[in-house]
Amino acid sequence: MSDDPVAHAFREERAIVLATLIRQVGDFQLAEDAVQDAFEAAVTVWRRDGIPANPGAWITTAARRRAIDRLRRDQSVLDRAERVAELMRLDAQHEEPATDDESAIADDRLRLIFTCCHPALEMPARVALTLRALGGLTTGEIARAFLVAEPAMGKRIVRAKRKIADAHIPYRVPDDEELPSRLRGVLRVLYLIFNEGYAAAEGDRLVRGELCDEALRLGDLLVLLMPDDAEVWGLSALMLLHDARRDARVDEAGRYVALDDQDRSRWNEDRLREGLARLDRAVRLRRPGEYQLQAAITALQMEADADWGQIAELYGALATLNPSPVVELNRAVAVGLAAEPAAGLELLAPLLDVLEDYQPLHTAHAELLSRAGDAEGAARAYERAIALTANAVEREELERRRARL
Amino acid sequence: MPQYMLLVYEEEVEPEVQADRERITPALVELNASLRAAGLLDSVRRLHSTESATSVRVREGETEITDGPFAVTKEVLAGYYVLECADLDEAIKQAARLPMAPWATIEVRPVMPADVWLRTVRAAGVDLPDEAIDDLQ
Repeated sequence: MSDDPVAHAFREERAIVLATLIRQVGDFQLAEDAVQDAFEAAVTVWRRDGIPANPGAWITTAARRRAIDRLRRDQSVLDRAERVAELMRLDAQHEEPATDDESAIADDRLRLIFTCCHPALEMPARVALTLRALGGLTTGEIARAFLVAEPAMGKRIVRAKRKIADAHIPYRVPDDEELPSRLRGVLRVLYLIFNEGYAAAEGDRLVRGELCDEALRLGDLLVLLMPDDAEVWGLSALMLLHDARRDARVDEAGRYVALDDQDRSRWNEDRLREGLARLDRAVRLRRPGEYQLQAAITALQMEADADWGQIAELYGALATLNPSPVVELNRAVAVGLAAEPAAGLELLAPLLDVLEDYQPLHTAHAELLSRAGDAEGAARAYERAIALTANAVEREELERRRARL
Repeated sequence: MPQYMLLVYEEEVEPEVQADRERITPALVELNASLRAAGLLDSVRRLHSTESATSVRVREGETEITDGPFAVTKEVLAGYYVLECADLDEAIKQAARLPMAPWATIEVRPVMPADVWLRTVRAAGVDLPDEAIDDLQ
């Protein structure tokens, strides 16, 4: 629906209108149905009369009237009369406070984010709802991006909306006490959406690029809505820095290109600059967190002459904050590259059991052994890595490296 | 008199089958009325389906929230609360305050209000008078 100006204007406004309408009608499904009705009306009227000066206000009004119609018809709604009366009262107001007032819009969108990312919903439903309600992706697009059949994805979304209604999952920003943990949950959903697009191991690459763009847009929205949170800036920076390299990660033949071998002229300068600026902004808030650390590590790795000592230190900080064997592995590699390979190998040794079936571990082990002059050990580690990879391109690359020993 | 809790277990079925099951409601209303008349009925509540369930645990001081009902393992039902809360967040917060939450799992299930119950039954095509609502709670 991207080239059609009517559809484009609608898509731009949809999430904002939906956020407002959910609050006004108090029902996710009813609000969505009403916005969909309003879209169908807009297609006819806008094509005939042109796109109105304030499309958001137009859709909000149209959708609210459709919601009133639907409520009147629906016998199963409890406080139908009161809700219709409340909507009629809103409709009678000349002013459209929810679309004219920037902060009211911001509040509604923030509420919607927290509802879509509520921890009582299963993770795939959080991701799908966020993309559907805030990103404006269709169920079909989300299904394709996640390699799920469309009816299954539709069912997942319907189920989530029913739970929101039946269990009364609130439509509000959590209180101060809950906010930190709930915000971490929101950031996790965003980063998952981004990574799903960025990993692009399989599936429709175009749709997957859309996921990255959507995650970046949601990141922009969050820094706008919660500018005092350092991790919000940190995640946005991290995604921008990764995304700056999106095109350079694949060569003309569609093969994956490792960071060291990438053509830097193909990096997106604007994204890189913006990512660094946001990282800077995050750090100045002086509340360190895992996304900021990851962004800082990524920024250092992207420098022409990477400072592995500093990278190792940051991985150390990350391991303290968020201990995981994968972080330990990255730290071991950084230490091995910064100083003696032996120091890295020493840190890596205890991970050989824990991450036994993890291909990158054996690849890293091979690299460090090779640097330490142990070609025989390196060959054995490459063999193990090759045995663990299911990806043909990756296998080719590993075999090339083994042959170079 | 000693009190007993009767727990109703049933398989969750397709909507068409469920609509058929709603036809027992007039008999249920009658039964509830007779239990109340005999002074035996403390309370009766219908729950929303397990699709709207949330499980709450407190482990190492952190509240863990997961979508879905309690998975049957070696734990058994030990007791219950019916709380009036503004929304799911408040219900989760109260569940996490229970002193047994560090070892127990608290399944939070929304109760279907009596009027929703009545409408659900009517939507399935079963005819019930408005007064039946008194015997659905």
